[in-house]
Amino acid sequence: MSGVLFQVFVYLCAAVVAVPVAKRLGLGSVLGYLIAGIAIGPVLGIVGAETEQLQHFAEFGVVLMLFLVGLELKPQLLWQMRARLLGLGGLQVLASAGAIAALGWLLLGHWQTAVAVGLLLALSSTAIVLQTLTEKGLMATDGGRAGFSVLLFQDVAVIPMLALIPVLAVPELSEIARHAAGEAGHGASGQAAGHGGPGAGAGLSLVDGLSGWAYAGVVLGAVAAVVLGGHFLTRPLFRFIASSRLRETFTAAALLLVVGIALLMTLVDLSPALGTFLAGVVLADSEFRHELESDIEPFKGLLLGLFFITVGAGIDFGVLFGQLFTVLALTVGVMAIKGGILFGLGRLFRLRAADHWLFTLSLAQAGEFGFVLLAFSTQNAVIPPELGKLLSLVIALSMLLTPVLFIGYDRLVLPRLRSAPDQPPDTIDEQGAVIIAGAGRFGQVVNRLLMAAGVRTVVLDHEAANVERMRQIGIRSFFGDASRPDLLQAAGIERAAAFVVAIDDRDRAVDLAEYLKREYPDLCIVARAFDVDHLYLLRTAGADVALREVFDTSLEAGAATLRAVGQHPFEVEKLKRAFRRHDLDTLNELYELWDHDLEFSKNRALLERVRARTAAELEITAADRSRLHDRTERGWTPPPKGYTKELDV
Amino acid sequence: MSSDPAAGAAAGAPARRILVLFAHPSLTRSEANRPLLTAARALDGVTCVDLYAEYPAFEIDIDREQQRLRAHDVICFQHPLYWYSTPAILKEWQDLVLEHGFAYGAGGTALHGKVFFCACTAGGPEAAYCAEGYNHFTIRELLQPLEQTAYLCGMTYLPPFALFGARTAVQEGRIDAHVADWVRLLTALRDGTLDIARAEPLPRLNADLDALLAGTDPTAACPVEDGA
Repeated sequence: MSGVLFQVFVYLCAAVVAVPVAKRLGLGSVLGYLIAGIAIGPVLGIVGAETEQLQHFAEFGVVLMLFLVGLELKPQLLWQMRARLLGLGGLQVLASAGAIAALGWLLLGHWQTAVAVGLLLALSSTAIVLQTLTEKGLMATDGGRAGFSVLLFQDVAVIPMLALIPVLAVPELSEIARHAAGEAGHGASGQAAGHGGPGAGAGLSLVDGLSGWAYAGVVLGAVAAVVLGGHFLTRPLFRFIASSRLRETFTAAALLLVVGIALLMTLVDLSPALGTFLAGVVLADSEFRHELESDIEPFKGLLLGLFFITVGAGIDFGVLFGQLFTVLALTVGVMAIKGGILFGLGRLFRLRAADHWLFTLSLAQAGEFGFVLLAFSTQNAVIPPELGKLLSLVIALSMLLTPVLFIGYDRLVLPRLRSAPDQPPDTIDEQGAVIIAGAGRFGQVVNRLLMAAGVRTVVLDHEAANVERMRQIGIRSFFGDASRPDLLQAAGIERAAAFVVAIDDRDRAVDLAEYLKREYPDLCIVARAFDVDHLYLLRTAGADVALREVFDTSLEAGAATLRAVGQHPFEVEKLKRAFRRHDLDTLNELYELWDHDLEFSKNRALLERVRARTAAELEITAADRSRLHDRTERGWTPPPKGYTKELDV
Repeated sequence: MSSDPAAGAAAGAPARRILVLFAHPSLTRSEANRPLLTAARALDGVTCVDLYAEYPAFEIDIDREQQRLRAHDVICFQHPLYWYSTPAILKEWQDLVLEHGFAYGAGGTALHGKVFFCACTAGGPEAAYCAEGYNHFTIRELLQPLEQTAYLCGMTYLPPFALFGARTAVQEGRIDAHVADWVRLLTALRDGTLDIARAEPLPRLNADLDALLAGTDPTAACPVEDGA
């Protein structure tokens, strides 16, 4: 037990120290984790052999990440990406693998080994690239989207690659491999099943020994189960759990969903990352999307961090310094080849300047899938063990260099492009939207008006029943407690232009306004107040606009009554406007005297002013209109009788 | 306050402050008025008020508007021509702001000596705005209620600065020249380099803008190159 605690302590320590420092230095969190790993692994030697095992476990972070990416991606959007997914992704994998394999053939002699090396180095690091793109807010740019398409294709391409590698076995290596397999025990099929299963599928498989047709049937069945189950079963399930109002149960259910799908995929020899991604896409339209996102997010972050640390810790400095030149040359060579191909593809698919560079620089590394394929190839006698060690270093080093390339993009590419004239702005299709907290009668009307005006809205409510009703009439709404910062993040508060506070709880509404103003001072906050006291509290908390919920309705009712008793409608309208203006002035005036901690009846200054203002109000409604000095009454006042004599000069 | 706005280029005279009261109920669809407004906004000494933006419910703040009038020497209504007159909010503005005792009548001298004119855009071609055309009257004749309003308020009335065929001005490439004229006009009014006495009887301000600016020092008068 203490051993486990010590390990956890070391890893957390390294992360907590290195990541904030790296971020402060502008290096990004990924490089911070990698440096932390190098520090506790090869440099200090605190952690050692267990890192490899830990890495397989941590790779589950990638599965979680793809689930989250899927949640952000609606099916329509995925469909729109199809040309890029197949075109860009397919060409990238084929061209990179081909080029590297050709070079490998020249250097190694065995074409089989060369092909395997080409395939495993053609893959990029989903973990590093997506994490960095998200961190820098580049996911929604054209370059980010293109990069994502390629990563997604690679994820799918791993499956046929795993099938291909055993065929490539080199006879001379088979003998050695047989020995190695004996020592390594299981592991081959576990890793082969994907980077996500922490040995989950090691001994289990539903498809061993099935014929081709039966296998295809099972696979299709599994995918259909994910899609249909995700669409039809998860909603009632989550709704049921949400009604229990236990947050941890919801979190557990979210994790269960992801783990379950990963397990299912592993059982049928599919990529768990792909399966959860699919589930994410299916749930992208669900009202529980933001809640799922904010529940899964911390797990993903921790596991990915752990994964990056293990990559850093796994760098074998002995081999590295022994063959320093070879490793460096190979790393730079691989990245140059991949970068060159990406650059060409970017041009072919007409990416614009900034996106083009982002695409080229972000995907030039080898990735975690490479580790998986490498281990599998070594076990299958396709790649000799010494070469395997070397390649493993190349992969790790290229991953280590990727954050550096991102820094280069930030510091060298972007400034130059920004100063260039006639550079069209990046297309970011996530526009500033409006978040509405509270989907009750108040929030609903606000939302309908905004939607009618073509403004994108995100509605949050903590009543699953409310959300359900809104969704039935086609309103984008999500289940969750709007006062939770992580949920606000998931709802896109960073990009929001305005926020409507329409929640039922008076105190939480004030707290929310205060929090929003403190964290997002530029965000415009429109708040619903229950009464004047609440309105003042909201105003003090930082609400830009605070409105009493029944004031306007009452005024309308008063006006309707005046018309009913025979007053001329336009006279009523003028009076209403005058009254409203007078009331607003009063509201602003009394705010200066208002003190929440002082009881109303004891606040003498306030009481006195209220009396004075009420008297003035009576004057508005009093009979003698000609004496009124209200602006609206002043309008359309006829000139005095006999005034024409003055004009006739 | 400039007591003699009709005087021509007076070297060293304080710059006139110009108030452009802009009225367009559908600014997003405007092709001609929007570039004019943008150009006016960029000029020093010109205050532009988008009336529909400021009073979307027609609740015009009379005190604020009267204060604005007091603070400026040249008042301009900028608007598309709607049924041979201004859009509704400018009429509302007149009805409310030009009060007895402020703009006219006993003690109503707040506007005395100021200059007033309209900058309007008309859909019909210039040929339509004459006795023989389908609109039967010149644009100056059609705007006579405003002219008389100006006189009653003791203001100097200048003929309209008008753009004809406004719906096709952009596609026919006429808008840039009109905006340039607009900038020249406002600049000259501000700097006191417009020949106001000569402008007063004209049918339109921009019929021959060069002539109105000619008698003055060209370097001070027109930053925009004239002629050609």
